[in-house]
Amino acid sequence: MALPDDYLKYPRRGYGMDHDRYEWSILQKRPAVTWPNGARIALWVVPALEFFPLNQPAQPFKAPGGMVTPYPDLRHYTLRDYGNRVGVFRVFKLLDKLGIKASVAVNSKIAQRYPLLIDEINARGWEVIANGVDMGKLHYGGLAEADEKALVQESLSVLRETSGQTITGWLSPAKSQSDNTLDLVAAEGIEYVCDWINDDMPYAMKTRHGTIHSMPHAFEIDDQTIMGQNHHSEQQFVDQICDQFDVLYRETETQGGRIMALTIHPWMSGQPHRIKFLDAALTHIMGHDGVWPATGAEILAVFKGQS
Amino acid sequence: MQKEDPGLYDYWPYKDRPKLEWPNGARVALWVAPNIEFYELDPPTNPKRTPWPRPTPAILPYAQRDYGNRAGHWRMMEVMDRCGVRGSVSLNVALCEHHPELIAECAKRGWEFYSHGIYNTRYCYDMDEGQERAIIEDAIATVKKHTGQMIAGWLAPALTHTERTMDLLAEYGLLYTCDLFCDDQPQPVNVKDGRFISIPYSLEMNDIIVYNFNFQAPRRYADMLKANFDQLYEEGAESGTVMCIPLHAYAVGQPHRIQPFAEALEYITGHDDVWVTTGREIAQWYLEHHYDTATADIAKYQGA
Repeated sequence: MALPDDYLKYPRRGYGMDHDRYEWSILQKRPAVTWPNGARIALWVVPALEFFPLNQPAQPFKAPGGMVTPYPDLRHYTLRDYGNRVGVFRVFKLLDKLGIKASVAVNSKIAQRYPLLIDEINARGWEVIANGVDMGKLHYGGLAEADEKALVQESLSVLRETSGQTITGWLSPAKSQSDNTLDLVAAEGIEYVCDWINDDMPYAMKTRHGTIHSMPHAFEIDDQTIMGQNHHSEQQFVDQICDQFDVLYRETETQGGRIMALTIHPWMSGQPHRIKFLDAALTHIMGHDGVWPATGAEILAVFKGQS
Repeated sequence: MQKEDPGLYDYWPYKDRPKLEWPNGARVALWVAPNIEFYELDPPTNPKRTPWPRPTPAILPYAQRDYGNRAGHWRMMEVMDRCGVRGSVSLNVALCEHHPELIAECAKRGWEFYSHGIYNTRYCYDMDEGQERAIIEDAIATVKKHTGQMIAGWLAPALTHTERTMDLLAEYGLLYTCDLFCDDQPQPVNVKDGRFISIPYSLEMNDIIVYNFNFQAPRRYADMLKANFDQLYEEGAESGTVMCIPLHAYAVGQPHRIQPFAEALEYITGHDDVWVTTGREIAQWYLEHHYDTATADIAKYQGA
C-alpha cells in the first residue's frame, strides 16, 4: 500500500526553521560578545539536584537515570539519592576550593525534602535554576496546558519561597518540553531556558509572553551522557572536557567570548572514584587566564547588554 | 514477496581482482562525505518507522541535530579547508530552501552535492513508484536550481529503500549509490538498464555510528580512522582502495570532538599517493576505466 499523498507535501519547506520559536542563525557569523574584564570564556557550571521518586511513572517515558527494576527499585532510588546526601558535598567542596561559582538546577521536591541544600546554595551566593517539580513529572506534548501550568507554578513558587531568589532560569526535567512550556515559563517570569542544545551561545526565543533566551546548557559533555550513557572512563571524561575547553578557548581569538557550560550530576561525579577526575578537568580550565566563572543569569545579563 | 538476497550485485571475492588504478598511481581514493541534514520538528507519521523517540515536540534530539547547521558545520568545514578536502555532501535537499547560506558556502568551495532525500524525517518505505520518482525528480531539480549541479550520487534518506530504488536512480542518470556496505572498492550494481555503481561509504567510519550508536570517545574515533586508513593504504599498493569518511556536523563538529578528528584528517591527507577526491570523481573514473573489466571479471565467478 502506498503512503498517503500528503506524505510528499512539505508545508514548512522554506527559508529558516520549520517552526516559529527562534530564527535560523549561524554561530560563527554573529557579532563578537565581550565578557567582563576581557575574559575569554564564561565558565557556567551547573550541578543538578534531582529527586527521582521510587514510584516514578513512565509518563510519557522515564527520565534518564530513573528507576529500572520492578517496584520497589531500591537500587536506583538510593543510587540517585546518594547525590543529594553525599556526592553534592564533594562537588560543592571542590567548587569552593577552585573558586567556582555555580548555578544549581534544583527540582522543587529537593527544596521541600532537603532545605539544607538550598541554604548551602544561598550561603555561597549561587543561583538556583528551577528544574521542575521532580524527575517523575515531565513536561511533554499531550500534557494538558492547565496541568503543565500547575507544575510550572508549583516548581517556581516552592523554589522562590525556600530560596528567597527571584529565579529566572528554567531547566525542564529530562530536557523535555511540550508546545506550551516556553509560553508557560515565560508567563511566570522565567528569562532563560536550558533545554535546547543547538548552540554554543545564548539566542532569543519567541513566546506568547515576550522574548526569553536559550542558554547553552551542556548535554554532550554532561557527566551522565559521557560516563553513564556512553560508558566512557573517568579519564575519557576529563579528555573530552579539556578538549572542549581548549577548542572554545582557541575560538575566542577570532570569534569573541564563548561559554563553557558543564553539567554535573552529584550522583555521578560525586562518587569517590570520580571526584578527582572532575577536579582535574576543572583545574585544567581554571589554570587558564581569562576564565570568568559565573551564573547563568550573570552571563545572560552581559549578553543581553550587547545584543 | 520478500527476497533472501537483494540481487543488486554478484559475489566477487577480494582476491585476484583486476588491478584498480587511481589517477597518478594513488593507492587510496579518499572522499569525505558530510551529511547535511534537516530533521523536521513535527514530521508526518510513517507506518514503518517513528521519526523521534520522544513525543512531539522532541526538542532534545531535534536541537541536537540543529546544532550541526548552526555551529558544528562551520568548525568541520574549517578543518576540511585546512586539509585541502572538498566535501561530497549527502544532502537533505530541502536544506537548500531552509539554509541557503550554508549551501552557498559549500558550493563556493567546489564541493559536490548528492541526494540524501528531501528531509531525514521522510522515509521511502511503502512509497509507490510514482512517489519514489517524485522525490528523485525533486532532488535533481532542487540541487540543480540551487547549485547548478546534476546530482550523481544517492544515499537513501535515513537509509530507507525500496526494491526499485537502484533501477530508478540509474534511469534518471545518476552514477552511484552509497547504500551498499559490502566492499572496500567500487563495484557494478545490477540495474534494469544502464551502468550504475556502488562506491564504498563506510558505516564503520561514520561518526554517528561511532558516537551515537557505538558510544565511542572522540580520541578513539581518531584512532579508528587512522587504522582504517593505514590498512587501506597498505593494500592500495597492490590495487586501489577507497576510504570514505561520512560525517555529521552535529556529531563531529562538537567542540570536544573536532580536535581529534582534525588530527586524524591531517594524518591521512599528510600521506603521498592519496587521491583526495569526491564521490562523483571516483564514479566517473571507475566507469571510464574499470567498469568493463570488473564486469568481465565478476562474470567468471557466476554460475560455476
